[in-house]
Amino acid sequence: MSTQSAAAWRRLRSHRTAVIACAVLICVALACAVGPWIAGTLGLDATTIDTGFGAAPPSPRHWFGTDTLGRDLLMRVLIGGRIALVVAVVATAIALVIGVAYGATAAYAGGWIDEVMMRVVDVLYGVPTLAFLVVVMAVMETRSLVVLFALIGAISWLTMARIVRGQVLGLRGQAFVEAARAIGAPSARILIRHVLPNAAGPVIVYATLALPGVMLTEAFLSYLGLGVQAPLASWGTLVTEGSAQVLVYPWMLLCPGGVMAVTVVALNFLGDGLRDALEPVTPPD
Amino acid sequence: MIQFVAARLFGGLGVIAAVATVCFFLLRAAPGGPFDSEARMSPEIQHSLEERYHLRDPLWRQYAAYMAGLAHGDLGQSIKRPQTVNELIAAHFPVSATIGLCALGMAIGLGMTMGVEAARRHNRWPDHGLMALALIGISIPSFVVGPMLVSLVSVRLGWLPPVRIDGPSGYVLPAITLGLIYTGVIARLARAGLLEVLGQDFVRTARAKGLAERVVVWKHALRLGVLPVVTYLGPATAALISGSLVVEKVFQVPGLGFYFVNSIADRDYPVLTGVFVFYVAILVALNLVVDLVHSWLDPRIAQRNR
Repeated sequence: MSTQSAAAWRRLRSHRTAVIACAVLICVALACAVGPWIAGTLGLDATTIDTGFGAAPPSPRHWFGTDTLGRDLLMRVLIGGRIALVVAVVATAIALVIGVAYGATAAYAGGWIDEVMMRVVDVLYGVPTLAFLVVVMAVMETRSLVVLFALIGAISWLTMARIVRGQVLGLRGQAFVEAARAIGAPSARILIRHVLPNAAGPVIVYATLALPGVMLTEAFLSYLGLGVQAPLASWGTLVTEGSAQVLVYPWMLLCPGGVMAVTVVALNFLGDGLRDALEPVTPPD
Repeated sequence: MIQFVAARLFGGLGVIAAVATVCFFLLRAAPGGPFDSEARMSPEIQHSLEERYHLRDPLWRQYAAYMAGLAHGDLGQSIKRPQTVNELIAAHFPVSATIGLCALGMAIGLGMTMGVEAARRHNRWPDHGLMALALIGISIPSFVVGPMLVSLVSVRLGWLPPVRIDGPSGYVLPAITLGLIYTGVIARLARAGLLEVLGQDFVRTARAKGLAERVVVWKHALRLGVLPVVTYLGPATAALISGSLVVEKVFQVPGLGFYFVNSIADRDYPVLTGVFVFYVAILVALNLVVDLVHSWLDPRIAQRNR
């Protein structure tokens, strides 16, 4: 580990809220990953209908209560969390790849290519993303998860492109890049091996901060009936079901909504902590 | 300056035309037509209905007719409702706009105050507390906050009507729900912007003159410190539109977003395209206003735009 990243790591660990947020996130992810499996050995799962307890409030047997059909809500939240987390991570990764490639290309090419590429980003910034997804989803017959990944990723890369461009513009004039060019390294190699690794800090920070937004987009789409579809459930669909029952069975909204809110809050806190750790001084524009 | 505005206006019209074109062809490529769900329609009736809406014309002619209408501000005729898209927008946009403006007003008022107070107490507990509050406001999805507010304020306490807008009291909860997110973002931006400015020479000069701290912060520093917030107002409007799609569904508000979302199930292409184009047009206009406000607040930017 280089001294630079060691220092960043030290700063992150001394950031109390970021450490707590990180722990919370690990707990949520672990619970979603292995929770249903452990509960399965105890005879609990997300699909069995416990007719004796149709829409029961939280109890020692059903910690989050049961839904209107008598299914265990905690299991549904954990299984839904798998989908919510996977969608968020994959869509953010897609946005990351597009944004880094786009931003780096624009900055490295420079001149009018840069000008045109960034104008396109400016224009796309002005498109209401959720409304755009609504239009695209209207066209899509298949509501598969892959389509969802791709679409959410495809609308979330704009800020990443700007950040990467700014970083690359700052880096490409530096001596070590000049040196690489002087020994005859091709542009693509300079960009990938020398420039981009040095832009990793802000990219990590922004990716962390983009995750909650992506997660909310998936939830909103599911809420509008355009996201994750019926046999599958995500936090968005669970909250949708819960919000219809909020006056009678409040736990059906509070439990999935609470877990989701805690996750998003934790991601935002972690992102803030990472920013403080990796970008101790914000460079002026 | 005039040249700058003209260039931006021209570019904006290009964007609107491009968006309309993409929407038009995207929706025509969609499988299934608007009359599919109607039960057992005789082929003759379907034929004449499609004639009526020019759906049997060649595609390029439909496109040309649509763009010609658009150039006159005519967004077309809804297929499932008796109104034109223009009438639909005229009837329902004011509802959405009222809620949006209330939300934005609350966000600016509350968010700026939070941001300024946090910046003045930088790195002390009010700063941490306010920023944590802002982050939580950003993080909790509106479709969780909305139903919770309804069950608490309207049902448990009985202060406000639960759903449906009857008079101004029905706007309160949707506006608060929608405003919370922007309050958080604006508070964070205002704090960051102000912190950057507070250390600068002109602030020291203002303090050295013996001005009251309140005047220094709110009048001198904030003029420059507010720039990030102003920049955000463009994208904020974009997000406000997206957010209102969800909030209008939560509260069953008869706003434009509600009809926009419903028109998917109806396959009402003209409404989908028309409302989306309308949204983009609003954003183009507002982003221009934001740029102009920018150069008014910071004359150095005006210099660059010239």
